Amino acid sequence: MILHFLTQAVFWFLVILTVGSAIVVVFNKRILHSAFALLFTLCGVAGLYVFLSADFLAASQMLVYVGGILTLIIFGVFLTARMYNMSIPEQTHQRFLALLPVLGLGGIIFYVLNSAEWHLITPMVAPTTENLGKMLLTTYLVPFEVASMLLLAALIGAIRLARPRKEDHDD
Amino acid sequence: MDFAPIFIFIAAAAATVFAALLVNRLIAPHKPDPIKLTTYECGEEPVGSPWIRFNTRFYVIALIFLIFDVEVLFLFPWAVNLKSLGLFAWIDMAIFITILGVGLAYVWAKKDLEWIKPSMGDIETIQRLEEQNNA
Repeated sequence: MILHFLTQAVFWFLVILTVGSAIVVVFNKRILHSAFALLFTLCGVAGLYVFLSADFLAASQMLVYVGGILTLIIFGVFLTARMYNMSIPEQTHQRFLALLPVLGLGGIIFYVLNSAEWHLITPMVAPTTENLGKMLLTTYLVPFEVASMLLLAALIGAIRLARPRKEDHDD
Repeated sequence: MDFAPIFIFIAAAAATVFAALLVNRLIAPHKPDPIKLTTYECGEEPVGSPWIRFNTRFYVIALIFLIFDVEVLFLFPWAVNLKSLGLFAWIDMAIFITILGVGLAYVWAKKDLEWIKPSMGDIETIQRLEEQNNA
């Protein structure tokens, strides 16, 4: 009973952390503060993955999104000129036109939430990493090796685009 | 798999930090004066805004890091199965890492990993300043 209560408390803490910091990301005037608030959003999402018994996904969320992509975003913010007092447009234009996609998207999400069958899994299922690895190395070996080609292409492409301009002449 | 100990650990760690800050706030005397409020930077007077633009190279290095971060992610499910799958898994990962090694060779050869080095003029200036300090 106490464990159930604690689980619920941690779950609601993660929900509030995720949604609350996501709101800060959107509404904060300072772009760097938004980037830091994104840290808490991504950590909260990782915690929610744990609740869905997706432990490998949670680990990859922490490693790639929190450790990698967020670092990249913060460096990106550091690269912007006048990052501390950058003026972000505050006014909303064409409110009624904006209402259409908002209602449309909200309707779709509501429809999916309503029509989906929700299963409750009470006992946490076994850790996923081992099975995932076994499948990657046997059944899905080709996609696994292709993934490294994809990463290679992404690396070369991204570096080619991000490289400082003056060094473009040498290739 | 029970994640309760991990959550308890995280909660305890967070609570410790907040408790330490709270106790500090409650019992520390609060008497600010202009000298105490200056930014301490090794005895130097800070000049200008700390919000300066970073070198683009940080971004390039972060991009390279991100790719190899994903590579490390693939090492986890591989490492768990290394004992049961043996040499087969070992060769799989060797191919995977070799392909990404080509990427490392590329950025290395294209000098994307190189940092800006101080020019000869900078080094001479530093040497002159050091001699003045020693004299």
